[in-house]
Amino acid sequence: MKSSSHLEKVLAAGHFAVTAELGPPKGSDAYVVKEKAKYFAGAIDAVNVTDNQSAVVRMSSIAAARLAMDCGLEPVMQMVCRDRNRIAMQSDLFGAVALGIENCLFVSGDHQKAGNHPEAKSVYDIDSIQAVAMARRMRDEGRVLGGDEIEGSMPLFIGTAWTPLADPLEIRPLRLAKKIAAGADFIQTQAVYDVSAFAAQMKAASDLGLLDKTKILAGVIPLKAVGMARYMQKNVPGVTVPEALVERLKSAGKERAADEGVKIAVEIIQKLREIPGVAGVHIMAIEWEHKVRDIVSAAGLLPRPTA
Amino acid sequence: MIVAERKPYDDIRTIIGPFDRILVFGCGGCVTVCSTGGEKEAQILACQLSITDAKEGRSREYIVKTVERQCEREFLAEADAEITAADAVLSLACGAGVNLIAETFPAKPALPAMNTTFLAAGGAPGAWAERCSGCGDCVLHLTGGICPVSRCAKSILNGPCGGSRDGKCEIGDDVDCAWVLILERMKTLGLMDKYAQIAAAKDWRPGGHGGPRKMTREDLAV
Repeated sequence: MKSSSHLEKVLAAGHFAVTAELGPPKGSDAYVVKEKAKYFAGAIDAVNVTDNQSAVVRMSSIAAARLAMDCGLEPVMQMVCRDRNRIAMQSDLFGAVALGIENCLFVSGDHQKAGNHPEAKSVYDIDSIQAVAMARRMRDEGRVLGGDEIEGSMPLFIGTAWTPLADPLEIRPLRLAKKIAAGADFIQTQAVYDVSAFAAQMKAASDLGLLDKTKILAGVIPLKAVGMARYMQKNVPGVTVPEALVERLKSAGKERAADEGVKIAVEIIQKLREIPGVAGVHIMAIEWEHKVRDIVSAAGLLPRPTA
Repeated sequence: MIVAERKPYDDIRTIIGPFDRILVFGCGGCVTVCSTGGEKEAQILACQLSITDAKEGRSREYIVKTVERQCEREFLAEADAEITAADAVLSLACGAGVNLIAETFPAKPALPAMNTTFLAAGGAPGAWAERCSGCGDCVLHLTGGICPVSRCAKSILNGPCGGSRDGKCEIGDDVDCAWVLILERMKTLGLMDKYAQIAAAKDWRPGGHGGPRKMTREDLAV
């Protein structure tokens, strides 16, 4: 084992893992994190704590991750490359491990143009693949990127994101290979609605011999309404929502669209389980955290393994 | 070339505020090519400023002069008399020109009329686009001649990120995804076998993060 991470153990034991997402508040209120954490207790194996997602200022992922831990959850601390250089990122990794946070996930991060400080200076000192390689060096070689030895150990379970259905499609399996070569122990994907298209990308990854080198958790975002489905279709790169799903939400009617969205999510999870190489699901219920337990339960994934 | 755009007119009026005798100083280099700070633009700006002065009942004298390049001492010396005669120099060169005026004439206010923006190549007539950010450690031989540092909104060296859509960047449909362009070129040039190589974290020191940059050629020193 590379860390004492529960998520690592669950995946290593061959269980179908379930993770979810917790968005920290746009302020300093720890109560918000604690309330959201309640929805997840016993329903998932670990919770991703996002890092200023959509480039909107929120409570730091390291602080919110620790608050989630205090509520009995195991956090996956996300780190974007947009806001911190290699010095700050490594410093926060030291701090995270010191606080008992051992799962980390590196992403490029949405460009600040999308957020509430478009005039900010972006950092992008290193990219997500370089960040993965940096974390692996810290753990396996006991050295920071600059070469100095690290005092103490750095048990980390290192993850990164993958957008299998983003353009250009043919490059996505090759880019996954780079992430794995850099040291990604686990991968969480962007939301999948078009399961067959995703299965084709998984097959391509399998053909490259990648599936036994990492653990891939497929992303699921439950749809709340037709409007949300349309928004995802139009505005979220790498996410394709098949028209048939939108039609299902429509015919369910406004009142019952959310229930239909949950039903669709459950069906998607069941289909994803059948795809070779899918080691789990990552449920991103945006401001809909209270639905996660129902989804996990309906998908037949409760109770969660103890290790 | 270096692209610079004229500051908003009201900003220029504020900048020249207290001065009565102003050299409106054009540059014959890059800003002439992009038609923002050459001889013609200097003449026009001086006229504009005079008209506004007249409207405001303010009396000012404008001297207009343009040299080959304001970023070189020899050319700057050609305007020695005009610079000396003026209260202040309003330069239409890039920031390098303004700096050199300040260094060469320590007691003379050197004022920018321009916002210096980026290193560009020309596209369609009247259009320039950023093509280099002077990172000091060129990778174009690895990326098919398309620069990920200046043309990817995140300067990602192992792209493309998940924000690429229909060949465009997540920041806007008017911005090409640099990595889509890079991959197309790599395919055309038969370089795709190099894609698997992970580009290591970049040394940003030669890109300006190691402090102000300079180049010294001892063989040319006098």
